[in-house]
Amino acid sequence: MTVSQTSFGSREPVLEITDLTVKYRGDTRSTTAVDRVSFSIGTGEIFGLAGESGCGKSTIANAIMRLLRDPAEIAGGSIRFGGQDVLAMGPEQLRRFRWQDVAMVFQSAMNSLNPVMTIGDQIVDIFTTHAGYTRKESLRRAAGLLELVRIDPARLKSYPHQLSGGMRQRAVIAMAVALKPSLLILDEPTTALDVVVQQEIMAQIKELQRELGFSVLFITHDMSLMVELSHRMAVMYGGRIVETARAKDIHAAPLHPYTQALMGAFPPLTGPRMPLTGLADGVKFSNIADLEEASPGHFVSPLPALQGAQP
Amino acid sequence: MSTPVSARPATAALKTQDRTIDAAPALEVEGLVKDFHSGGLFSRAAVRALGGVDLAIRKGEIVALVGESGSGKSTLARCIARLEKPTAGRILLNGTDVLKRDRFQASREYRSQLQMVFQDPFGSLNPVHRIEHFLTRSLTLHGKAGTPAQLRTRLDELMTTVGLTPDMLNSYPHELSGGQRQRVAIARALAVEPEVILADEPTSMLDVSVRIGILNLMRQLRDEQGISMLYITHDLASARYLADRIAVMFAGELVEEGESLDLLANPAHPYTRLLVSAVPDPARTGSYDPHERAALRAAVMESASCAFDGDPEQRCSATEPVRHRVGDPANEHWVRCHLYRPPATAASHALSAEPLESAERPDTPPTDESRTENKASS
Ligand SMILES: Nc1ncnc2c1ncn2[C@@H]1O[C@H](COP(=O)(O)OP(=O)(O)OP(=O)(O)O)[C@@H](O)[C@H]1O
Ligand SMILES: Nc1ncnc2c1ncn2[C@@H]1O[C@H](COP(=O)(O)OP(=O)(O)OP(=O)(O)O)[C@@H](O)[C@H]1O
Ligand code: SF4
Ligand SMILES: [Mg+2]
Ligand SMILES: [Mg+2]
Repeated sequence: MTVSQTSFGSREPVLEITDLTVKYRGDTRSTTAVDRVSFSIGTGEIFGLAGESGCGKSTIANAIMRLLRDPAEIAGGSIRFGGQDVLAMGPEQLRRFRWQDVAMVFQSAMNSLNPVMTIGDQIVDIFTTHAGYTRKESLRRAAGLLELVRIDPARLKSYPHQLSGGMRQRAVIAMAVALKPSLLILDEPTTALDVVVQQEIMAQIKELQRELGFSVLFITHDMSLMVELSHRMAVMYGGRIVETARAKDIHAAPLHPYTQALMGAFPPLTGPRMPLTGLADGVKFSNIADLEEASPGHFVSPLPALQGAQP
Repeated sequence: MSTPVSARPATAALKTQDRTIDAAPALEVEGLVKDFHSGGLFSRAAVRALGGVDLAIRKGEIVALVGESGSGKSTLARCIARLEKPTAGRILLNGTDVLKRDRFQASREYRSQLQMVFQDPFGSLNPVHRIEHFLTRSLTLHGKAGTPAQLRTRLDELMTTVGLTPDMLNSYPHELSGGQRQRVAIARALAVEPEVILADEPTSMLDVSVRIGILNLMRQLRDEQGISMLYITHDLASARYLADRIAVMFAGELVEEGESLDLLANPAHPYTRLLVSAVPDPARTGSYDPHERAALRAAVMESASCAFDGDPEQRCSATEPVRHRVGDPANEHWVRCHLYRPPATAASHALSAEPLESAERPDTPPTDESRTENKASS
C-alpha cells in the first residue's frame, strides 16, 4: 500500500493514545512520568516527540510496547493500535504485536544487543523465529539489512563489542525494520551517528516508509532533524504535551515558551560565537493546562501569567 | 609490525608550526596506533582502528573530535584513558610518557589527573548501585571525600552542577532517563577534579536547552580551573560553540584540524566538506530530497579521483598525504590531502578538484611537504 504525502494526519490513525498517565512508585521518590498525554499517529505518518530530558518520552514508548515493569504503573488512559486495545492484550497477542506490528529501537540501542552472540546470529534469529525463513535465506536477508544501514556485511561475524557505538545503533535499526512493522518507534536512534550517516539512514527509513506505508514515532533531541523528517510533532515538558502541530508550523512559529527555548537554543554554524543560555534558571512550568487550538491544527497549552523571567 | 614512531615526520612538521602556543600541552598523543584482532582465535587478521594519530591539547584548551561513525574516536579516547592498550605510539601527560611510567595499567595518579566520560550512559553505570555510590566512590578513591558532612555537601553540589536534584542520589541507574544518566556520568568525572577530561559524546541525549547548560559548565570549568578537554561529538554546532579547535577523524586518522570557526567556515578535506554539508537544517524542510543528497554524497565519496573512503584500488596517490596548512597560520588549520600539495609536486596528478584560493596554499617549506610515508599495511 502506498500512502501519498498528503494523506497523513489523524484520518486513519494507526495508534491512538488517550489521556495516558504513567507513574513510577518508589519509597523515596514517586514520579508521574507521563501525565494525561493524548496524541494519534496516522497511517504512513512520521510523528516526532521532543522535549526536556526526563519528561517521559521513553516511558510513553515503553508503554506502547507494553514493556513497563514494576514500579511503573499505567494509572489511566488508553492505547489503541489499529483499533485494538493494547493494554488489554494477552501474552500471545503481545508476542505478535511486538515484533510484527510494532518494532522499537531503544534509546539504549548501543547496549541492547546480546553481547555473546554475533550480529549476524541475532538478525538471523529474528527471521527464523518470526518469519519462518530457512537459515540460509535469513543470512542472505541479514546481509542485505546491514547494507541498508551502511555496514559491511562482513560484520555479520562481529560481536557487539567489536563495533563502534554508531555501528551498534545501526545494527539495531536494521533489526527493527527486518519484519516490516506497521509502526516503528525510534527512541533517539542516531545519537552516535555522524550527520552524513544519520542523514542517509533517516532518508532510507523515510524511503522505506513511503514504500511500505508504515508509521513512525520518532523521539529525538535533534530538533533540526525532527523538523526535517516529521509530518507532525509534539513537544513535552514535565510529563505533559505543551504543544503539537505540523512540524513546519512549530518550526516557523513556536508558541509555547518551552518550545521557543528548544527551537532557539541551537548554537549557530556561522557567524560570531555568542554565549547562549538554556532555559533561564528559575523558569519552570508547572500545572500545565490542557491543550487549546491556537490555529487550525496547532495546539498549545495556554500559560497562566508567567512566573519568573522569560527565557 | 607496528609503525615505528620515528617514521612519522608529520608530527615534527606540525610542532614547528605551533607558534602561538604559550602554554605547554597538557596532553600529547604521538603516532598512536591501535590494531584490533579480528576473526577467530587462530586468525592473525587485524583491523587497524587508529592509523597513527598525533594530537596535542594545551592546558585549558578544549579540542573537539568529530568524524565518521566508526572512525576510531572512542578508541582514541579509550587508549588515552588506558582502557585499551595502544599497539604503538606515545601518550604524554604534562610531558611525562605515561605508557613508560605505568607500563601495565593506569596508576591511580593518572586516573585522578585524567577522567573519561563514556559514550554509552546505559552501559557505563553498574545497575546494582545507587547513584550516590558512583560519586562517593570517585570522591573517596581520589581523596576528595573529606568528612561525612563535607561529602554530603559535595554530593549535593555535584548533582546540582549537572542539573539534577540531590534526591536522585538514591536512584538506581535504571530509574533515570537517558539524559539523566549522561549527567551522572559527567558528575562522576567532575568529582575527581581532573586536569584532563575525555568526554565521549557526553550530551547526545540531552535536549538543547539542558545541553547548552552542560556546555557552559564545561567552558566554565576550563576557564576557572584550567581543565583541558577532548570533546567527542557528532554535533558540529556544539563543537563550534565549545571548542577552541576541532579535529576531524576519518578512517582512523586525523585528516584536518584547526581553529573551530575557521575550520567550519573553510572546511578543506573532502570528508569535512561532506560532513559540514550534511548538518540537518530545518530551513531545508520543504526541499529535502534524499536523492539529491545521495547524489551529492556519491560525488564526493565515490569519485574516481578521490579514494578517501579507503579503497586501495583507487588511491589518489601511492603515498600517504602529509599535513598542509590552510589559510592564516594563526588559525593553525591544516589538512592532510594531496589536493593541497604545492603545485610542483601536484603536477603529475590530475585531480578534478575545484581550484583552491591561493591563500589556502600551504606555505611551509617544500622539504616538509614533499616528505611522505608509505601507508602501513594492515
Ligand atoms: N524505573 C523507574 N523508577 C523511577 N523513576 C523512573 C523510572 N524510569 C524512569 N523514571 C523517571 O521518569 C521520568 C521520565 O523518564 P523517561 O525515561 O521517560 O524520560 P525521557 O523523556 O525519555 O528522557 P531522556 O530524553 O533523558 O531520555 C524521569 O524523571 C525518570 O527519572
Ligand atoms: N574491541 C574491538 N574489537 C574489534 N574491533 C573493534 C573493537 N573496538 C572497536 N573496534 C573497531 O574499531 C573501529 C573504531 O571504533 P570506535 O568505537 O573507536 O569508533 P567511533 O569513532 O567512536 O565511532 P562512533 O561514532 O560510531 O561511536 C570500528 O571499526 C570498530 O568496529
Ligand atoms: S589525499 Fe587524495 S584520496 Fe585523500 S582526501 Fe585528498 S584527494 Fe581524496
Ligand atoms: Mg529517553
Ligand atoms: Mg564512539
